[in-house]
Amino acid sequence: MAVRVQTEDFDLGAELAQLREGRTDIGALVSFSGLVRGSDDPDHPLDVMELEHYPGMTEKALAGIEAEATARWNLQASLIIHRYGPLRPGEQIMMVATASRHRQAAFEAAEFLMDFLKSRAPFWKKEKSGGAGSWVDARVSDEDALKRWGRGGA
Amino acid sequence: MAVKVLYFAWLRERIGEASEVVETNAKTVAELVEDLRDRGEEYELAFADVSAIRAAVDQDLVEFDADISGAGEVAFFPPMTGG
Repeated sequence: MAVRVQTEDFDLGAELAQLREGRTDIGALVSFSGLVRGSDDPDHPLDVMELEHYPGMTEKALAGIEAEATARWNLQASLIIHRYGPLRPGEQIMMVATASRHRQAAFEAAEFLMDFLKSRAPFWKKEKSGGAGSWVDARVSDEDALKRWGRGGA
Repeated sequence: MAVKVLYFAWLRERIGEASEVVETNAKTVAELVEDLRDRGEEYELAFADVSAIRAAVDQDLVEFDADISGAGEVAFFPPMTGG
């Protein structure tokens, strides 16, 4: 169980290899990575996405979300890495990995982590295009996604 | 009491400060917002629509009726967009 908040990139393969190294109790390993999606408007290409966060609260919120997942599912291991700072299209923003004995727990826990991380981890994205910047609005669908887990707070 | 107030994303940009120490008698987050609104036009503008603002007390997400007595820091920010 680990949480890392950092500016530097990460190696998804190496992280997963390290997570399962020496383990024989893991039957399922699920990972998700989020990438900076470029603009589909050729007149307004995305130059860079600035990720701002709330140092201290970010780590606390992510650890809380991870602890909640661990309480709900029988996980052998989990990992959350989230980057901040300027990121370019195609770059990795974040990853979650969940490991369990059987696949259902790992799949569900990974989705749970992502749903809560979207709306409960204090990150904000600003898209910069041609010298102009705009803050990315939170999506109502992201807030709605929390409801299927039975509670609104993290 | 003196409380450290932090602003993030467009709130930080509109107010022009990332953090400041505010002297206040406010007992709740909502009362603190009222005090902050009196600090100037940029604050009024930033806090014009509180439905678009979230708050944290000592790094825990709270509702605006939350108690802030004894709080070390109170933060204001737009809805979060992680992931």
